[in-house]
Amino acid sequence: MGVVQTKEARPAVPRGGGPWRRLFSREGPTAVVLLLPSLIVVFGIIIYPLLKTLYTSFFAVDSAFPGHYPFVGLGNYAHVLRTGEFWDAVGHTAYFTVLTTFLEVFFGLLIGLLLNTDLKGRWLFRSIVILPWALPTIVNGAMWRWIFNADYGALNALLTQLHIISHYKAWLGDPWTALNMVAVADIWKNTPLAAFFILAALQTIPGDLYEAARVDGAGRLRSFFSITLPLLMPTIVIILVLRTMEAFKVFDIIYVMTGGGPANGTETVAYYTYVEAFSNQLFGEGAALAYIIAIFILFFAIIYMRMLQRGEVEY
Amino acid sequence: MRRGTYTRGEFLGLGVAGAVILAGCGGGQGGSKGGGTTTLNALFMQQAAYSSDNVNSMTKAFEKQNPGIKVNPTFVAYEALHDKIITAAPAGSYDVVLMDVIWPAEFATKKIVAKTTGRIPPGERGKILGGALQAVSYKGNYYGFPWILDTKYFYYNEDMLRRAGIKRAPATWDEVVATAKAVKSKGIIKYPLVWSWAQAEALICDYTQLLGAFGGRFFDGSGNPAFNTGGGLAALKFMKMTLDEGLTNPSSITSIEDDVRKVVSQGQAAMALNWTYMFALANDPKQSRVAGKIRIAHTPRGPGGAPGVNGSMGLAITRGSQNQDAAWRYIQFIASQKIQDRYAKLSLPVWKSSYDEKQVIDALPQVVPVAKKQLNNMILRPQVASYNDFSHELQVQIQLALKGKKSPEQALDDAARATASILKSS
Amino acid sequence: MRDSLGYRVFIHAAAVVVAVAVLAPFAWLLISSIAAPADLLSRPLHWIPAHPSLSRYENVLFNPQNGSAATFRAGMRNSAIVAASSVAISLGVGIFGAYAFAQLRFRFRRAILLLFLSTYMLPPIALVISLYLTMARLHLLDTRLGLILVYCSFITPFVLWIMSGYFQSIPKELEDAARIDGCTRIGALFRVILPLARSGILATALFGFLLAWDEFLYALIFTSSLNSKTIPVAIAEFTGRHTVNFGMQATGGILASLPPLAIAFVFQRYLVGGLASGAVKG
Repeated sequence: MGVVQTKEARPAVPRGGGPWRRLFSREGPTAVVLLLPSLIVVFGIIIYPLLKTLYTSFFAVDSAFPGHYPFVGLGNYAHVLRTGEFWDAVGHTAYFTVLTTFLEVFFGLLIGLLLNTDLKGRWLFRSIVILPWALPTIVNGAMWRWIFNADYGALNALLTQLHIISHYKAWLGDPWTALNMVAVADIWKNTPLAAFFILAALQTIPGDLYEAARVDGAGRLRSFFSITLPLLMPTIVIILVLRTMEAFKVFDIIYVMTGGGPANGTETVAYYTYVEAFSNQLFGEGAALAYIIAIFILFFAIIYMRMLQRGEVEY
Repeated sequence: MRRGTYTRGEFLGLGVAGAVILAGCGGGQGGSKGGGTTTLNALFMQQAAYSSDNVNSMTKAFEKQNPGIKVNPTFVAYEALHDKIITAAPAGSYDVVLMDVIWPAEFATKKIVAKTTGRIPPGERGKILGGALQAVSYKGNYYGFPWILDTKYFYYNEDMLRRAGIKRAPATWDEVVATAKAVKSKGIIKYPLVWSWAQAEALICDYTQLLGAFGGRFFDGSGNPAFNTGGGLAALKFMKMTLDEGLTNPSSITSIEDDVRKVVSQGQAAMALNWTYMFALANDPKQSRVAGKIRIAHTPRGPGGAPGVNGSMGLAITRGSQNQDAAWRYIQFIASQKIQDRYAKLSLPVWKSSYDEKQVIDALPQVVPVAKKQLNNMILRPQVASYNDFSHELQVQIQLALKGKKSPEQALDDAARATASILKSS
Repeated sequence: MRDSLGYRVFIHAAAVVVAVAVLAPFAWLLISSIAAPADLLSRPLHWIPAHPSLSRYENVLFNPQNGSAATFRAGMRNSAIVAASSVAISLGVGIFGAYAFAQLRFRFRRAILLLFLSTYMLPPIALVISLYLTMARLHLLDTRLGLILVYCSFITPFVLWIMSGYFQSIPKELEDAARIDGCTRIGALFRVILPLARSGILATALFGFLLAWDEFLYALIFTSSLNSKTIPVAIAEFTGRHTVNFGMQATGGILASLPPLAIAFVFQRYLVGGLASGAVKG
C-alpha cells in the first residue's frame, strides 16, 4: 500500500457527538456516489430472492415449483407461532446465542488484551490463536462430534484416564448436555474472531493516552477501565451484533454435530426452518420462519445499537 | 415447468441482477440439442459402492454405445441429495436423479419425477426383486428404475457367542435377548447389543425392522396410524427393555450406522443390525480388530415374521427433463443386469436371476446366500408424501421414550396424533 | 513501559493456558489424520498412534485415481479464487461506503446501514430456492462467478459496517489537517485514513476471507462439479451413505485451514504493531 504517512501527531480522542447532529445536505450526493457500488453489489443479485421469500411467506407454498398457491396472509406466521416445536427451538436458540455470544466476547477480550502485550514469541502465539478460526465449520463440527463420541471419544478417554469420570459417557446423548456441547464447539471456533477484532481496535488507541494516565498515577487496572474499555466499546458491540446474528442463525454446526437431536434437544430456529422448508417442502412456512428469525435478530441489533448510543461514540 | 417465460416480478428482479452481471458467462445447464447430440445431467451420491469412478466408467461405456448422447454425472453427499433434487427441480438442472426408497411418494406428489410405468414392460417386472421395484413405486405406478438394493442384516461375533456357549446364530428376537444375557453375564462384553438410534433416519430403519418382526403396521386399512398399538408398541417396548436391562449400549442413542460398525469392529458388541456394507469392513484386518469373526445372518424372527427394512434406491427421470427418452436409455444401461453383475462385489444386483450366477456368488460368497433369502422378505417404511415430517416426528418421540422422558405408550400416541394431523394437512 | 516480573510471568502463563486450550483439539485432529483407523478406536485410548502414516495426505494431494481427492484439490483452487475475489470486490466497494457512513452526514444514515446489515439477518436456507432459480436463469449455477456474486452480497455489509467503525475511531483532526494541505476527500481517505485503519482493514479482510472460505449451504446447493465445488463441500463428500470417514475429514480440515493461516501469518505484522511511524501509537 504505497501511501504517505502523515507526520504530525496530535493526541486526540475518538470523535464523539450527539446522535442528532444537523444534517449537512451538501454531503448527501457524495454519500450516494460512495455508497452506490456497495448497493449494487449487495442488492443486485439478492433483491429478487429477498422479495420473493417475503412474497412466499404469505402463500401456502408446498413445492419448489413456481405456480399458483393459495394466499394465506399471515397464516404461515400464525401457524409457526402456534407450534410448540418452534418455541422449543427459540428457547434452544436464545440460550445458545446468549451463552456463546457472552463467552466469546469475554474470552475474546481477554485473549485480545493478551495478544497486545509484548509476549515472547508473540507471532507464534497469534498464529496459534487463529487456528480454530481457520478450521472450516463442518470440520469443526465433525471434530467435536468425534471428541464427544460415546465409545471412542477423546474427551471420555482423557477424563477416565485422569480418573475424573469412572466410565464413558454419551456427551451428545442427553438433550441439555448436547446443546451445551455444541456451544463449546462454537465458542472454541469463534473466540479467535472476537480476539482479533479487539486486537485491531487496541491498535488504534493512541499510546500517549496511557502515558498521560500514568503520569496522573493511574494503575494498570484503572487505565483499563477508564481508557481501554470505553474505547473498545464500539468494537465490542460490533462483535456482539455479529455473533448474535451468527448464533441466532446457527445451522452448519448443528447439521454436522447432532442433526437437531437427541429428542430435538439441539434443534435451533434455523435448523427448524431447514427441516420445514427442505425436508417437508413447506416453503411458505419456511419463508415465514426466516422472516421471524430476521425480525428477532433486527430487534437484538437495534437494542445493541441503542446501548451504544448511550455510550459516547456514535454509529 | 414453464421455461423461458417470466412473470413480471421475476423479470424486474432479473433486470436488476442483470445490470450487475456481464452477459454471456456461465456453465452449460440443461440439455442442448445442438449438433444432434443430447446432453444429460445426472445426479448421484458419493459412496464406496458404485463410487464416482465406477459410475464414470459405466457412463463412458454408455457414451461409446450411444454416440449421440453425452452424460455429465455429478456427485453429492447422501445428506445433500434430497435437498439438491428439490432445489434443482424448477430449473430442470438434472435429467436423472438418484432416489431413496422413502422419496417416491413425495417426489411423485410434488411432480418432481416422471412416471415410468409405461416404460417397464410387464414381462421385465417379474425379473426384478419385488423389494427393489418397491423402491421406485408409489400408488401402483413406477417412477424410475431400481438400481441399488440393500437391507439390514443381523451381524454377530461368532467368537463371543461361542465363548458364551452358544453354537448358532439366534433365530428369534427372544433368542437374541437370551444370547445377550448369556454374553453379558459371562462378562464377555458389557453391552452385547448396539444399534443406530440417533435422531436420524437410521433410527426409523431399526424401528421398522423390529415393528415388522413384532407383527406391527404403520397404518391400518383405512390409513390411520396404527404403530402405537400391537407390534409397533411392542417394538418400542423391546427397544426400551434392552436399554433398561443393560443389554444395549447406551451410546446407541447417539449412534448412526457407522458408529455401530465401529463398535462391532472393535469387539465392543456381540450383535447388531446393519446394512450390507458392514460385512466387508468388519472383516477387514485394517479396519477391524475382530476380522474373520463377524458373521452375517438373516434378521431374527418375531411373532410377525422376519422382514428386513427396505433400503433400496432407484434412478428416476425428472419431470423437467427435456430428454426423457435419452435419460431412460442411460438408466436402462447402468441398471442392466450385465453391468450390475460386473459390479456385484460392491453392490448387489436388483435382478432375481443374478443370485444364481457364479460371477455374483463368487463376488460375495458369505453374503449372497443370505441376501437371496432376506431380499425377498422386506418391509417398507411408510409411503406417504410427507414422509420426512412423519419420520422426524417419530424419531423425536421414540428418543423421548428411550430417554425415559415419556412412556412408550405416551410417546407413540403423541407420534400417532402428530402423524394424523400431518397426513390431514398434506 | 517497564513491566514488573510478576506481570510478565502472569501474561506468559496465561498465554500458555490459552495455547493449550486451542491446541488440544487441534492436536487430536492432527493425530486423527495420521493414525490408522484401528488406532483411533482403541480403548483405553493410546494418544500417540502406533503406526502413523501420511498416506491420507498423499491420497488427498496426489492420488489421481480417487474421485473425492480430485474434488478436494479442485475445491482448494475454487475456494481460493472465490474467497479472494469476493474479499477484493467487497473491500473495493465497501471502503468507500464505509467512509461515507463514518465521515459524512446524510439523512437516514443509520437506517441505510441497518438495511445493509439486515440482508444478512435472513438465514440462507430461506433464500436458497429463489436464488437458485435466479442463478439458473443467468447461467451462473456451478460457476465460481456465481458464488463470488452471492458471497459479495453478504460480505460487503460487514465491510461497510466494521470498516466504518474503524474509520470513526480515527481522529477527525488528522483528516482535517490533510484537507487543509489540499487533499480532496478521496485523497484524504487514501493518504490518511486507510494507512491508519490498516489493521482494521486487514482484520476485516481476513474475516471476509474466512466467511467465504467457510460458507457451506450456498456452495452445497449451487455447485455440482469440479468447476466450482468449494472446500467445505469437498470435505462433506468424504462421507458415504452410511460411512463417515473421519480420518479423511480431519486431513481435509487441516489442509483447508492452511491457506487462511498462511494469510494471517503473512499479514500479521501489518495487522499489529506496524503503526509506530504513524500518527497513532500502537
